[in-house]
Amino acid sequence: MTAVTTDKALSSAPARSRVSGSGGDAAVASVSHVLLVIWSIVVIVPFLWVILSSFKTTKEILANPFSLPAHWQFENYAHAWTDAGIGRYFLNTVIVVACALVIVMLLGAMCAYVLARFQFPGNRAIYYLMLAGLTFPVFLAIVPLFFILRNSGLLNTLPGLILTYVAFALPFTVFFLYSFFKSLPDDVYEAALIDGAGEWRAFFQVMLPMAQPGMASVAIFNFLGLWNQFLLPVALNTDESRYVLTQGMASFASQAGYSVDFGALFAGVVMTVIPVLVIYIIFQRRLEGSVSSGTFR
Amino acid sequence: MTSTTTTPGGLERPAVRRRRRKLTFDRVSFMAVFLILPLAIFVIFVISPFVQALYYSLTDWTGFSPTMDFVGLSNYVKLFGDDIFLHALRNNVLLAVVVPFVTIVLALAISVMITIGGPSKGMIRGLKGSSFYRVISFFPYTVPAIVIGLIWAEVYDPSAGLLNGVLTGLGLKGFADFPWLGDTRTAMPVSMFVIVWSFVGFYTVLFVAAIKGVPAETLEAARLDGAGRLRMAVSIVIPQIRDNVQTAYIYLGIAALDAFVYMQAMNPGGGPDNSTLTMSQELFTVAFRKGQFGYATAMGVVLAAVTLLFAAVVFTVSRLTAGRDVPRAASVRRAEAAAPLAKESRA
Repeated sequence: MTAVTTDKALSSAPARSRVSGSGGDAAVASVSHVLLVIWSIVVIVPFLWVILSSFKTTKEILANPFSLPAHWQFENYAHAWTDAGIGRYFLNTVIVVACALVIVMLLGAMCAYVLARFQFPGNRAIYYLMLAGLTFPVFLAIVPLFFILRNSGLLNTLPGLILTYVAFALPFTVFFLYSFFKSLPDDVYEAALIDGAGEWRAFFQVMLPMAQPGMASVAIFNFLGLWNQFLLPVALNTDESRYVLTQGMASFASQAGYSVDFGALFAGVVMTVIPVLVIYIIFQRRLEGSVSSGTFR
Repeated sequence: MTSTTTTPGGLERPAVRRRRRKLTFDRVSFMAVFLILPLAIFVIFVISPFVQALYYSLTDWTGFSPTMDFVGLSNYVKLFGDDIFLHALRNNVLLAVVVPFVTIVLALAISVMITIGGPSKGMIRGLKGSSFYRVISFFPYTVPAIVIGLIWAEVYDPSAGLLNGVLTGLGLKGFADFPWLGDTRTAMPVSMFVIVWSFVGFYTVLFVAAIKGVPAETLEAARLDGAGRLRMAVSIVIPQIRDNVQTAYIYLGIAALDAFVYMQAMNPGGGPDNSTLTMSQELFTVAFRKGQFGYATAMGVVLAAVTLLFAAVVFTVSRLTAGRDVPRAASVRRAEAAAPLAKESRA
């Protein structure tokens, strides 16, 4: 590309640079800033509006989308938490996500470790099987999955949901921890074996602690993915008392169409977002760093 | 260390590489437990349903009937005469064409401004305050898709929504009660906007990482040759990160072919005249409301086939439009590997 432009550009280069001096820079910078600010407003204003509305009565919300609440309706939160069942859904979600996260991190690390550091027949085949699990749409699996759970008595139970979460988060976890374990140095492992550690101890006391930064990154992504999961619970966990948060919000929103308690609906939205917002703020650097480096190094 | 090499058994001799080490009980038990436990769960709950789906799609199974008759391809024949499903398929194709394109153009524009939009003197750098914009626009990635859908359903609300509030506030009285999600002309475009909105930040971060992997000397050389910032973006940066763009296209396409969560939040019934109905929604209804499981899995197979076809088309187009082989920086390749993250959080 440069070869094409060189001849033309050489003659005009000195003139160009003078024209596009500080004046042109300022223009480009301000146009870019204006565009970026507009985008930021489009991203952030809906959230702010939701927070504001969550303190208003339904009547106020319907009257004017911008007005400040006459009285800050903290009752909306209490109402959403107890009457609308958000509290119960929250507890269910915490149980399911916490268990699934611990199990998938442990199993994922074990599987990735063996795949990355041991040579045996079928090694590549298993790796590609994991890749396939990452590629095919969950919708292809959803109907047979429903019957697998039903036949094993796990349908509409939290353990059943936890197991499915683990299974569907596993390929992602293995895929990314694989490259991480691959990059760990051999020397430390060899030293551990020489000092008399077996494979088990070498993994739990030496290799796993060394993989801690990679584990942390994958865990954050798994947390977000599992916390935000919607399709699996909607299809496989239809008992209202065992709803998770995302599912509960959806059903609350569709009921609110009749009883119309918009204040509580907005409060419910805020309460669903707060945990992920906190995680995002705490781990913002690590999260974006992980996206950028890809290999979680 | 050398002294240990003489120990009897010789298992731990450093000279022996790990792949040639003998099988001991410790090793075998370790590998068995570490492999079999995760693999069993994965095969039972992920792989076997995929395989079973292929078989169920060839039966007339209703799930609760004891009999399951093999009906060959008749489910598929029926599918391609099913007007509602074909409508959903068309909607999905439209989504897969528009959503990735718009998202990538926006994400590229933002990431270019953030990385090389800065002053044209001195080091090549981004705009001031660029990290602020990056943090803000990444945030929707962390919010549950269902909540994003619900928020926007309220924003689009005809009478109490934020959008019509803003428009009437600007003096556009005609929008006072305009049902954005209830009008066949606007339901699809505004739904697409929500999906784009939720993905732009993630791909911005991905592209920023890729652009940072483009060697600074290349950009400096282009600037010395008189290329402006726009020219650098179009002629240097985008060709250099084309593989990232390709990967982003595929993952956005997969997301757009699914789109279940967003559509279910904004228009659970498929929208006015089924204008926002997706294959995934139709599959869900046919399976779990009507109990036609054989027929529904056939839809799942079509959805999977369309997804693979989409990926193949992106690869082919990318191959055909690729010019000379541009050498890529290692960091570019690494950033590409992160793309599945997008799918992970949106399933």
